[in-house]
Amino acid sequence: MLSLELLFDITLSVLLLILAGTALHVRHLYTGIVLFVAFGLLLAITWARLGAPDLALAEAAIGAGLTGVLLLAALARIGPEPPPRRPPARALSAGVLGVLVLILLIRAVLPLEQGPQPLPGLVSAHLDTSGVSHPVTAVLLNFRAWDTLLELVVLLLAVLGVRQLQPAGYKQAHAWTLLRAWSRILAPLSVIIAGYLLWRGSHAPGGAFQAGALLAAGIVLLRLAGLLPVLRWDDWPMRALVLMGIVVFLGIAAAGAWLGSGWLNYPPQWSGNLILLIEVAATLSIAASLSLLVIGEREELGT
Amino acid sequence: MTDLLAWLSGIALVFGCFFFVAGTLGLLRFPDVYSRLHAVTKADTLGLGLVVLGLSLRAESWHAIAIMFAVWLLVMASSTTACQLLARYQREQDRNPEQEDDDALP
Repeated sequence: MLSLELLFDITLSVLLLILAGTALHVRHLYTGIVLFVAFGLLLAITWARLGAPDLALAEAAIGAGLTGVLLLAALARIGPEPPPRRPPARALSAGVLGVLVLILLIRAVLPLEQGPQPLPGLVSAHLDTSGVSHPVTAVLLNFRAWDTLLELVVLLLAVLGVRQLQPAGYKQAHAWTLLRAWSRILAPLSVIIAGYLLWRGSHAPGGAFQAGALLAAGIVLLRLAGLLPVLRWDDWPMRALVLMGIVVFLGIAAAGAWLGSGWLNYPPQWSGNLILLIEVAATLSIAASLSLLVIGEREELGT
Repeated sequence: MTDLLAWLSGIALVFGCFFFVAGTLGLLRFPDVYSRLHAVTKADTLGLGLVVLGLSLRAESWHAIAIMFAVWLLVMASSTTACQLLARYQREQDRNPEQEDDDALP
């Protein structure tokens, strides 16, 4: 039985390497993107095999799904592909960068060889005071809340950057009745599953980013079927939604610094509720930001 | 009884895998978009349905069976819709081929 599992893992690893290599070196960008999405899905399976369902969910929803959609949308805008040219200096610098990253990764992985690490023990020792019962959520929203806050800022910067670029639209086929009918069924399902993931995040794999990505998928689907109006950054409810996550997060952090025990230190008796509040606000913000990234300002969709 | 269930489940799993392999072969070897879509959606519906059936016969609880059945229904509906959309897009391309087309496969 063990050998069967080993065979599966080896097949998975080899397939990952092949997909990564071909996605980088294939001649047409379109094929490269499709291979990249397949690579992301296999990577999600790999994370699941490694016992990290949080990462598997995030990789499937954001790494494969959302990034693939964004890459396809970008490809549709750039028009005919320029002929590929690879100056040797660029290949050399890419190689040097790859080696440096490899060294960093090996330095991060090597200590795992020398027995159990202190960090998991530290997390489980303080889990009771964190307000949630799932260690990943405790790390993301309590012990290392700075990282999550800055991730939200990165997402906001991405939305603002895309807005600055003012991408031109492209022609969109007429939305067919079948797509409308199916998106009417699928969109409520995505809302339910997103809510479930968000709620589950406090005690099991799940959380704001995965739930936000699912919500955004529902919004994009409805917009593509022409069932939603144009999403604009200029509308103030849209801006409020996009900014809400960061505002709530910063507000709680500042309130902690001013009245409580310090920046991003929650009072233990409230920490569960505060984390839930942050997660809800972050989910809505992430959903709004991701939908704006994919289909924002595009009047020509779903005519 | 359990032996019988295990055999039935094994047969369903083998047939399911057969449909997946056949669908993949069809996707790779069939000449035009329509027959490729036919092959691939057949793999999605029949192949996944048989795999779900096979796994349901081995499942521990009704809960697991219900979840797998829901997954099958969702995948079936999505792949049918996607197949229709792709086929219609291709038909429009066939009707007026002079229309410029940025998204198509090179």
